[in-house]
Amino acid sequence: MKKKLLQVNNLRTYFHTFKGTVKAVDNISFDIDEGEILGVVGESGGGKSITGFSIIKLIDEPGKIETGEIIFDGQDLMKKSESQMNEIRGKDISMVFQDPMTSLNPVYTIGEQMEEVLILHEKLTKDQRKKRCIELLKAVGISNPESRLKSYPHQFSGGMRQRVVIAIALAANPKLIIADEPTTALDVTIQAQILRLMTNLVKEQGCSLMLITHDLAVVSEIADRINVMYCGKIVETGSSKSIVEKFKHPYTKGLISSIPDLDKDKDRLETIPGIVPNMFNLPKGCNFSPRCKYCKDICKEKEPELVKVDEKHYVACHFPLREGEK
Amino acid sequence: MEKILEVKNLEQRFDLNKGILDKIKFKNGKFIKEERIVNAVNNISFSIDKGKVFSLVGESGCGKSTTARTIIKLIDPKGGNIRFDGKDITNLTGNEMLKYRKKMQMIFQDPYASLNPRQRVLDILTEPMLFHQVVSSKSEAMEKAFEILKKVGIRSEQATRYPHQFSGGQRQRIGIARALAVEPEFIIADEPVSALDVSIQAQILNLMMDLKEEYNFSYLFIAHDLSVVKHISDDLGVMYLGKIVEKGSKKHIFNNPLHPYTKALFSAVPKLSGTNLKNSKNVQGEIPSAINLPSGCYFHERCPYAKPICSKEMPIEKEVEKGHCVLCHQY
Repeated sequence: MKKKLLQVNNLRTYFHTFKGTVKAVDNISFDIDEGEILGVVGESGGGKSITGFSIIKLIDEPGKIETGEIIFDGQDLMKKSESQMNEIRGKDISMVFQDPMTSLNPVYTIGEQMEEVLILHEKLTKDQRKKRCIELLKAVGISNPESRLKSYPHQFSGGMRQRVVIAIALAANPKLIIADEPTTALDVTIQAQILRLMTNLVKEQGCSLMLITHDLAVVSEIADRINVMYCGKIVETGSSKSIVEKFKHPYTKGLISSIPDLDKDKDRLETIPGIVPNMFNLPKGCNFSPRCKYCKDICKEKEPELVKVDEKHYVACHFPLREGEK
Repeated sequence: MEKILEVKNLEQRFDLNKGILDKIKFKNGKFIKEERIVNAVNNISFSIDKGKVFSLVGESGCGKSTTARTIIKLIDPKGGNIRFDGKDITNLTGNEMLKYRKKMQMIFQDPYASLNPRQRVLDILTEPMLFHQVVSSKSEAMEKAFEILKKVGIRSEQATRYPHQFSGGQRQRIGIARALAVEPEFIIADEPVSALDVSIQAQILNLMMDLKEEYNFSYLFIAHDLSVVKHISDDLGVMYLGKIVEKGSKKHIFNNPLHPYTKALFSAVPKLSGTNLKNSKNVQGEIPSAINLPSGCYFHERCPYAKPICSKEMPIEKEVEKGHCVLCHQY
């Protein structure tokens, strides 16, 4: 049994707006082991990013973490003050954001932005810092790093910027990296390079990774375990293999079958009809019921609970799909 | 088979130095003339049969979108010629182009930026109809707009809303509806689904296929993801640095990819089985700058099979089997 690095219990993050309350993350619990890659999948608006932001408590007004425990490495982050959190952010938990075009500051050089993390979290001399920056850039596969330190972000392509962001995230040897759609803005070829890079780095450094994405295919390639989120709730969780092969939730099935498959020749793709419901006005009962083709009366009345269907495989559905029902 | 579009030796370049003064640089005590030209599209040829879907695939920066914009003449071509429905449209003026614009419509990549935020959906659709005189009166235009909206899956009560009230997928449906409004024969879709969620992607692709069957128009479909184009295309062209390095029917490209770059694109597609990324050897590096084109074959710097000849000579297009052309020294 591996040691648990992060444990999230009954997390609720709500946004109180004039139009009403949005339950962006509604009572979710999950954990990440040391050295594990956890994938979080779902459509836009499913609360994936807010889950990530909640863990490092980067929720701004009108958002608020209502209840829940975030136990990271034995300490409850919910009890930490803002200044204590600042010591954890970037040092123990670091984040890679979606858009490499906007997550770097355009008026500072790459070197200055990388050094900042080291100044804040490590006690190193100037020369040591420079050495470390060069090491990091090498690790993420940027050629002639010495000269690159003096470049500005606009001189880099999207893929290279994302490499720099990853290098910054790695700078202080974090225990957990939260990557929020790190490859969505990139080309497939570059995406493959970045994903391979991230898995290798995680394995080498022994840190854990929480990978947030809307693309199940991406997650299934590198994650050990997958959480499927829909409307702020985890609807299915299990190991990558069991999610992909023995999915039980109709939503997971929909996500899987809407991925265009290179090996199959079909005229039409299968789709999930409709769109994610308005978060101000969620349906009664199961959130997925209006889009679900297996929907029965009880689904519109009662909200399903997460139940165990297999070893470490849980699903929140009144009528979990049987195997082979594809 | 009749061709809707024929592109021959098309070239597009952008001069980065605007005036003559920009070109003059002072170096080592001498004035020299320095030219900085982006070679976006380098001598490409392809044709699209009536009622077929031709896809252009490649990484960002390879000139796919520039090709599309040149064909529809949003930018004038620097060389080669474009024939639409048998007529040469290469040198037509803006006014002369108008009647072709009606026949060729474009769907843009970013559904957030391609709709005017200050126009209601209904106005977005009726404006082009009235302008191109597809309809005779405003009321007829409205009627038609409702009909099209229904086809793309937007409810009629939503027609008076503004674009910001819609989600990304819905906006893309409106973008498609706008293209349909003038009853085109040919639609250029520039990465219509790459800004969307996977589940919404599938919905939009299916919609585009349904509409194609109903109206029988032809598509030029642009994408960077091979798995997306698999379902929609009849023929494909793989682009790299402004050149089509491989082209052929869907069967050719998907069952028998020949060019190393095409193979690399295939190995980069994430798969559900979860073994593609870990096992495959991917191309290293990124697409080089189009300002200083590499010598010889443009792909040689990233190619795992590069030989000495590749850096010296540009390969010539070779037809390996009927309709399947590849630009590589291996063949």
